[in-house]
Amino acid sequence: MEARQLNVGEAIPFEPTRRRTAYWPWLAALAAAAIIPFGIYPSFVMELMCFALFACAFNLLLGFGGLLSFGHACFFGSAAYLSGLALRDWGWTPELGILFGTAGATVLGLLVGMVAIRRQGIYFAMVTLALAQIVYFACLQLPFTGGEDGLQGIPRGHLLGLVDLSATVAFGDRQLPLALYYFVLAVSFGGYWLIWRTVNSPFGTVLKAIRENEARALSLGYRVDRYKLAAFVLSAGLSGLAGATKALVVGLASLSDVSWHMSGEVVLMTLLGGMGTLLGPVVGAVTVGVLHNELASLGSWVTVTIGCVFVVCVMAFRRGMVGELAHWLKRTL
Amino acid sequence: MHAPFKPLLLSVALAMPGVAWAGPVSGDVVKIGILTDMSGVYAGLSGKGSVLAAQMAVADFGGKVLGKPIEIISADHQNKPDIGAAKAREWFDTQGVDMINDLVNSGVGIAVQKIGAEKHRITINNGAGSIALTNKECSAYGVHYAYDTYALAKGTATALVKQGADSWFFLQADYAFGQALQGDAAKIVTSLGGKVTGTVKHPLATTDFSSYLLQAQGSGAKVIGLANAGGDFVNSVKQAKEFGLTQTLVGLLVFDSDVKALGLAAAQGMTFTTAYSWDINSDTRAFGNKFLAKAGSMPTMVHAGVYSSTMHYLNAIKAAGTDTPEAVMKKMRELPINDFFAKGGKLREDGRMVHDMYLVQVKKPSESRSVWDQLKLLATIPGDMAFKPLSASECALIKK
Amino acid sequence: MDISLQAILSQAMLGLNNGAFYALLSLGLAVIFGMLNVVNFAHGAFYMLGAFVALLGYDFLGKWLGDEGVRLSFWAALLVSPLLVGLLGVLIERLMLRRLYQVDHLYGLLLTFGLALILEGLFSNYFNVAGEPYNGKPAVLEGAVNLGFMFFPKYRLFSIVLSLAVCFAVWFLIERTRLGSYLRAGTENPDVTRAFGIDVPLLRTLTYFLGVALAGLAGVVAAPIYSVSPKMGSDLIIIVFAVVVIGGMGSIMGAILTGLALGLLEGVVKVFYPPLANTVIFIVMALVLLWRPAGLFGKEA
Repeated sequence: MEARQLNVGEAIPFEPTRRRTAYWPWLAALAAAAIIPFGIYPSFVMELMCFALFACAFNLLLGFGGLLSFGHACFFGSAAYLSGLALRDWGWTPELGILFGTAGATVLGLLVGMVAIRRQGIYFAMVTLALAQIVYFACLQLPFTGGEDGLQGIPRGHLLGLVDLSATVAFGDRQLPLALYYFVLAVSFGGYWLIWRTVNSPFGTVLKAIRENEARALSLGYRVDRYKLAAFVLSAGLSGLAGATKALVVGLASLSDVSWHMSGEVVLMTLLGGMGTLLGPVVGAVTVGVLHNELASLGSWVTVTIGCVFVVCVMAFRRGMVGELAHWLKRTL
Repeated sequence: MHAPFKPLLLSVALAMPGVAWAGPVSGDVVKIGILTDMSGVYAGLSGKGSVLAAQMAVADFGGKVLGKPIEIISADHQNKPDIGAAKAREWFDTQGVDMINDLVNSGVGIAVQKIGAEKHRITINNGAGSIALTNKECSAYGVHYAYDTYALAKGTATALVKQGADSWFFLQADYAFGQALQGDAAKIVTSLGGKVTGTVKHPLATTDFSSYLLQAQGSGAKVIGLANAGGDFVNSVKQAKEFGLTQTLVGLLVFDSDVKALGLAAAQGMTFTTAYSWDINSDTRAFGNKFLAKAGSMPTMVHAGVYSSTMHYLNAIKAAGTDTPEAVMKKMRELPINDFFAKGGKLREDGRMVHDMYLVQVKKPSESRSVWDQLKLLATIPGDMAFKPLSASECALIKK
Repeated sequence: MDISLQAILSQAMLGLNNGAFYALLSLGLAVIFGMLNVVNFAHGAFYMLGAFVALLGYDFLGKWLGDEGVRLSFWAALLVSPLLVGLLGVLIERLMLRRLYQVDHLYGLLLTFGLALILEGLFSNYFNVAGEPYNGKPAVLEGAVNLGFMFFPKYRLFSIVLSLAVCFAVWFLIERTRLGSYLRAGTENPDVTRAFGIDVPLLRTLTYFLGVALAGLAGVVAAPIYSVSPKMGSDLIIIVFAVVVIGGMGSIMGAILTGLALGLLEGVVKVFYPPLANTVIFIVMALVLLWRPAGLFGKEA
């Protein structure tokens, strides 16, 4: 009966990429992203970029480390609140505010990680979920968070004290917030790039070895817990970067950013796009974002649809969109 | 390998109607957005009824202003400020929405008023109550129309303290509205020589109030002031009965729909302040019955406010000859409001619309002659007595 | 602020009330987890469903049947609702969960999470999230009893007694009967159990039925106390997860006792420092994990 248990993310056998010099896909992506705001509503695209970064950071832990955290919203949301605090109440410049939020999420990641990695599998998921609830209630009750109202009126400020991020450029009859858009683009691409490097580093290889067979990695002399914790902290920090950037884009941080629904959402993005693939979470985030936007007028049918997507993914589609494609093309994406 | 955005997003590219400022009416249509709570605790007192009220106003106005059609769109903000703010931003940026109305929930109301100020578009708060909207958070483009926490607290607390109910314990919904309501009420109670023995906060949309109520009971205060609204208010009153609380329960914000939900047996004798009730005079009755015929229930003060303010907005466009927000705001301030909702109502510089408020009491079951016959008028509070005076305003727009 | 004994006792009674629900729910969760290795994220949704069956049966059944007089009474709902919810569970186990036993357990959690969203979303479309009052509370249980330190509603007292009775009945069923011994054997060693000619898949279906039916029952019992709302389960489920983690998966009695104790703790904390009441269970969980990673009653893996 105890057949070999497939591990999460194992669907994609991993071969280290040797094409480190292949920078052209990055440049092509950047070029494409640079012209998007002229065609598509930029506020929406900026939010998508933040969610994509969040999903990629989450995937670093789930797809490459095999650890399903069900409380990742606490890093995303707490960074949003912290950077909001720094930007609004302390008058920090945007880059410092975002760094502050990211640092906060990293420290929180260390604390949560130290408790959570003591358990594995489903327990790990439940423990992260429960710890994230503490953060949720803290965000509900701390004086600066504004409780149910959220932390509102976060100014965009001047980047490095010089570039006005709230400035817009006229294009036809529309006003495009290009300064903010390119700043967000730079931040999220920086984040993706860091994740890509991590996955392709020796550290990433060890992580994957642990995911495949923890006992073997342990017997090879790797201090498994340290690797797991490091992955957890890195993932938390990058989730924080995404959350802090989102707070700057939307101009407020609210309880939905820290709620467990958000944690579920990022799991869905990763699962739908393809966990353990580099591109998958991005595709997943965009799909879920568009789904939300298109179905917004249908009220709770959004929740039903998201639930159905979950069920279909788990039952029939465990590799996710990009994973299935990669499997079909027989290469990693 | 990292070019995901373009193809996927172009396929869902949003068509963006231009916002042309050439003619007197931007985009050749006057678009009004009703941003409200369609499924949450406040859905009954605003929600679909507010959309209906706005549609009735447009129909009564004639469907057109300056020869251009008037369109109404609506959305559910789910009581989440982030969703409300994102929706408002999208409406202003891509849908050419000229004005947003209703905005129940103060958290959402404040967030959307900020977006309106940033985008230079008019927002009218009828549902939200927080006094902050015309004080700390006031905006040149923001209107606070139907009621606010100060007016509610002033009317109700003054009346009760005068009757000898001088020690209060508050149950407070934990967001901008609850804070403002509790804060204003506490100030009035203490200024009249009463005392506040304590306050307990509860999250929005709580289902079990028992432990809060026991704290209130243990405080020994004569009055339990309920600084919450809608479903939260109804649930807290019901559960107070269940636990046999003997103190006087006072709803600081009560809507006709809440009284209906509680039933007269449970709510009788309760005194509260309201901006509108259908059975005050012949004008209010006319609107109430017209709304009842369409909606199946009597309008709340939010519904009435949405109708009246939409009408006032359209009249201002007509008078200004354009829908440019600055010009419309100017006209809205100049023109007095004279309809079933307000007599000689005046929009102040800080965004507050000043009008008379009413102190009412829930009838005994024996006094009620029909299903909707539930309130009796105790006193009319003149507008300049009811609302916070301009001289005490913290609004930055006011030059002192 | 001086704290009276009366206040502590009153809040403790309310805490015990909540604790009874925690116990009932964590028991179902523990049974399912023990046998199926599935973290049933949909447990909260089944609890909500149980409450809605009672509500719909009382308020709407007559309208649907065209005879306004027909109502599902509270007592009937106590039986019918867990049965219906349990049958839905059987369907889900047979059609979906069964196919996931071979892959990582996390997929079970993700599947049930999706199911929870579907159920919650469906009901949100038709019912106010603020909740509908359940009017079917039996007349016998109206009113309050004077406990000396407080008036405690009779119905709440009844709900505590009923939940505890059910909890101990389930404990007896699993620990002291033949069926229970099969269940336990199936958990500990499915291969050997099968070799003895016991239908393990059937046992699994039965287990899921039992666990889910317990959630449904909890829903019916909760309906007259809290208003029935689509979100009532999702608020509770995370606390119950924490209860399960604290108790550990080792014993049925562990789940029951932990649930009760944590409900009490939560109630008492409300008196001393209310802002902490929402989080105290999670803080206890973090501490327990640092001290005993397997939980209070769990066996070290």
